[in-house]
Amino acid sequence: MRIPLSWIREYTQFPAEATAEDLMAELVKVGLEEEDVHAPELSGPIVVGQVLEKTPEPQSNGKTINWCQVRVVPQGQQQTLTGDGIDPEGVQGIVCGAHNFEVGDKVVVTLPGSVLPGDFRISARKTYGHLSAGMIASVKELGIGEDHDGILVLSTIGLDPEPGTDAMELLGLYDTAAEINVTPDRGYAFSIRGVAREYSHATGTGFTDPVAQVTLPENTTEGQPVEIDDAAPIYSVPGCSRFVTRTVTGVDATAPTPAWMASRLRLAGMRPISLAVDISNYVMLELGQPLHFYDADKLSGTIRVRRAAPAEKLVTLDEKERELHPEDLLITDDSGPIGIAGVMGGATTEVSSETSTIVIEAANFDPITVARSKRRHKLPSEASKRFERGVDTQLQAVAAQRAVDLLVELAGGTDTGAATEVGETTAVEPIALDPQLPERLTGVPYSIDQITKTLTDIGAEIQEQNGSLLVTPPSWRPDITIPEALVEEIARLIGYDKIPSRLPVAPAGRGLTAQQRRRRAVASGLSGAGFTEVLNYPFYSVEANGLFGRADASQPLSLVRLANPIASQYPTLRTTLLPGLLDAVRRNVSRGFKDLALFETGSVFLPGDQLGSKEIPGLGAYPGDTVIQGLEAGIPDQPLHIAAALAGAEPAAELGGEARQRDWADAVAAAQDVAALLNVELEIAQGQHQAFHPGRTAQLRLAGELIGYAGELHPKLVEEQDLPARTSVMELNFSALLAAAPDQVTAEPISTFPPTTQDVALVVDEKTTAGELKSTLAEGAGELLEDIELFDVYSGTGIEPGKKSLAFALRFRAEDRTLTAEEASEAREAAVALAASRHGALQRS
Amino acid sequence: MSEPDSPVPHPLDEAAIEQCVATALADFEAASDLEEIKTARLSHTGEKAPIVLANRQIKDLEKDQKKEAGKLLGAARGRIQKALAARTEVLEAEHAERILVEETVDVTASPRRRRLGSRHPLNLLQERVADVFTAMGWEIAEGPELESEWFNFDALNFDPDHPAREMQDTFYVEPRESNLVLRTHTSPVQVRSLLERELPVYVLCPGKTFRTDELDATHTPVFHQFEGLAVDKGLTMADLKGTLEHFARAMFGPEAAIRLRPSYFPFTEPSAEMDVWDPGAKGGPRWVEWGGCGMVHPNVLAAAGIKDPEYTGFAFGMGVERTLMFRNSVPDMRDMIEGDIRFSQRFGQEV
Repeated sequence: MRIPLSWIREYTQFPAEATAEDLMAELVKVGLEEEDVHAPELSGPIVVGQVLEKTPEPQSNGKTINWCQVRVVPQGQQQTLTGDGIDPEGVQGIVCGAHNFEVGDKVVVTLPGSVLPGDFRISARKTYGHLSAGMIASVKELGIGEDHDGILVLSTIGLDPEPGTDAMELLGLYDTAAEINVTPDRGYAFSIRGVAREYSHATGTGFTDPVAQVTLPENTTEGQPVEIDDAAPIYSVPGCSRFVTRTVTGVDATAPTPAWMASRLRLAGMRPISLAVDISNYVMLELGQPLHFYDADKLSGTIRVRRAAPAEKLVTLDEKERELHPEDLLITDDSGPIGIAGVMGGATTEVSSETSTIVIEAANFDPITVARSKRRHKLPSEASKRFERGVDTQLQAVAAQRAVDLLVELAGGTDTGAATEVGETTAVEPIALDPQLPERLTGVPYSIDQITKTLTDIGAEIQEQNGSLLVTPPSWRPDITIPEALVEEIARLIGYDKIPSRLPVAPAGRGLTAQQRRRRAVASGLSGAGFTEVLNYPFYSVEANGLFGRADASQPLSLVRLANPIASQYPTLRTTLLPGLLDAVRRNVSRGFKDLALFETGSVFLPGDQLGSKEIPGLGAYPGDTVIQGLEAGIPDQPLHIAAALAGAEPAAELGGEARQRDWADAVAAAQDVAALLNVELEIAQGQHQAFHPGRTAQLRLAGELIGYAGELHPKLVEEQDLPARTSVMELNFSALLAAAPDQVTAEPISTFPPTTQDVALVVDEKTTAGELKSTLAEGAGELLEDIELFDVYSGTGIEPGKKSLAFALRFRAEDRTLTAEEASEAREAAVALAASRHGALQRS
Repeated sequence: MSEPDSPVPHPLDEAAIEQCVATALADFEAASDLEEIKTARLSHTGEKAPIVLANRQIKDLEKDQKKEAGKLLGAARGRIQKALAARTEVLEAEHAERILVEETVDVTASPRRRRLGSRHPLNLLQERVADVFTAMGWEIAEGPELESEWFNFDALNFDPDHPAREMQDTFYVEPRESNLVLRTHTSPVQVRSLLERELPVYVLCPGKTFRTDELDATHTPVFHQFEGLAVDKGLTMADLKGTLEHFARAMFGPEAAIRLRPSYFPFTEPSAEMDVWDPGAKGGPRWVEWGGCGMVHPNVLAAAGIKDPEYTGFAFGMGVERTLMFRNSVPDMRDMIEGDIRFSQRFGQEV
């Protein structure tokens, strides 16, 4: 909401010399947050001039300019302004390209030294063979309108001032506006009236209610016939609780909008359009009551307020045909729909320059009805903004009268005395307030006097009843429905700065959960191992999810799709972290970093059979265990994943060392690191995944269950996606690993006896993996085996084609004795024997 | 250095033996490195050394002469060995010292064989905040990022038709009838915590949140919040203020302070915006908008099945990105999401 300072001064004690910043500093105390300051971007001297001479001079370029003499001081007086190019006699010679004025017209002259919007500096300059000392301005040049075809002739806006008059003052260009942010509960603050009241609360100074300055007629005659016929109220609330009309005849719709009104509307952020429209907007801004004006001659018969029929249509003021919905509340006459209540009027009954009789509508519409129609037709308007927040239920007749007064005063209209008032306004329900509640919620021991005074100040009525206060909120505060809301009013008017500070003592806590601790351990472990943590968006293309999120394109792809994605090419939520991580790789490479080890942990989104819940329970009540379980069942599984991407070399090529290119093994090692940090055994097996190199992919298993992949990305993909060669990645279901981690670690005895080491080289089929062979050897070697490591893989000379030799170092140790060579050899032979029987392995001689 | 074919002294020729010893001692003294001392050692103590050969002749002497010769030669050989050992020790020490000098390197030219990684500061900040609250006895609660609208809105007293719901700029899931949203705030964890836990409840929930904002220097569609909730007997806004002040001092130093301004949130009543006095702000201490807070709305307690009117609660929430921006002077929100390693590496393991 933008508040022109001149306007709020009418109803408050806001000092004449105070600024927009001063106003905002006060309003923030009562909860209206400062946003901005708006002021016309021009400075003087800008004065009224009278054209004395106008000589047309045709130019060689085909244009005709006017060489004018313009008097910018009252007749017979000398110029009091001084400056370069300002004539001491008070008559300026000005070249003007426009033709829409005559000798004798009063115009706006921007004298040398003035500055117009867009930092347009005016000075005396040579042009078309004359020294042109200033400019005769158009509304566009002054920043007060769009029309730039001609200059502003002041008589056209109803002004006949003395030459030399300060035109900025005349046009309201010294005024500024403070913009404040109004929270969505406080609809009344979308008015000068509401903000003026808040200013008086903030400062403790006086407030003049603009409503009190309007006099309602004592006697009225029968006005425009109106019927309210709402057959389908939403939540049993009638769509229209009040409909007031007034009829004004003899209106000159072409009369100009006075400069002061136009200036205030502009500062308030509304474009002046025509006098009638401007008056309706002005009253809305001042009082908070949206109005609608009909051309009475275009209305036929009775105005009926009803819900739309299926497939009914309306052409709205913006000249668009809109299909209506049975929930839309309509204003209709005998011709059919003429407006969507509280949202937008129709084109057929619109006020135009020919209009002479105006029917004013001042109604109160149900917030929910208006909010839904606005959303449905995507028609946010100043009117709907106020209706959906709730309009003062007692304001309609007053606002209509204010509009009548302005039409009479400014448009030459006649109040016919014809008025209609239909509808039932329900009385505001009183709220029982326990006088202890304010202290119970705020910790401030307010006195009963403070409580009653602040509540009276906001316009509430208070009765005492059995030690409790029965508080009736004012008609403009539909947001106050519970005692706690009254407490907020008391607290904010007396001041939040009066609230003391006390640190509550929570019961003894249990610290982080095991899962929270484990996540931290893994993150710090990986970063200690050289990985840099990144955070990526979860919004992916279907293709990215389809490629990285499943091993094989034939597997089903079940995705959560957003109804309103940020970018249409990324409409789904991630099922894998890899695409985001690879984006980060590319971004770093493009910024000159080639040696990369990145990791991310984050949720992925895996929809199940049930996606969401059709029925959502209402507000303010516990819906019951069954309903909540139903809601939970519809929320897709969102396990945490952990993923890493590796590219470039580690260590990098540096002084005294060779670079080592990272590869698939680094990715496998990263997965193993994660498992090791959690004390979980991760099984590695040969695997296949469409995004991975077909021969360099590891399946990662936890107790036999597949929980991820590690390896080198497919070289073709690496090329297509512009990734560094040999980019390797791993991704794991982190939730599964976290859940498998032991709650507490059991120590094993440390044997102090010396180890015996033995090596074994086995020749096996090339398809047999080292992992398989290693497990077999470990199984066959039995309990004495302490550790087994692969140290050589060989094929070639001396090995049969199709075979390979794998060499392992076995370390044996007993807990209770020094092993003899025979014992170790026996265990080794047992290992070899099992490998021979299971894999046909032969000892390499 | 004695000649290799120096005459072998007679075992009883005291003067000749003395000459041998003197020669040996002189040779040892003259040796300047381990190589020379080795040569000298072989000449004077090796198999062909005169004194050694003289010693061998003792066995050919008369019995009564053997003893005297043994004594003479034994003493002589002892002196030679002692001198040899002493000189060797000196030379070895000199050698060791020289090696160390030769091994000297330019330590400023050390290669970086292994690099540390780093954590993302947004996660570090969330962990730090969690530590502040767990130290007060609070616990860390969590909830799903893709939520039922009931938890995200209705249970928090957002009426489906109220403008406040529209102002949340929500990501909806298709089809809309699924009533699923990406949570627009961490507040649904309030309701979840009240449903899951026994009263009293003191929880903090850090986590990811989503709004349909375009990414720019101060907005991102994916961001983080921390949400605090306390429900206990007799809690007031004073407890809220005290908690926020303690938190502010833990994050911004002992000079930090909290200021509350009236505001509106559907799930709190009374509601407040909170500003924090940031004593370390770039450009001098100032008030910074930090987040929203208030007393838990009775409808929220009711949605979680809490009926006992003795229980009141307060809740607060603030943006992690925003906190990082002003606390750690991050100029542009995009730095936090682009994954440029320089951003995380600037922080290392601490924020």
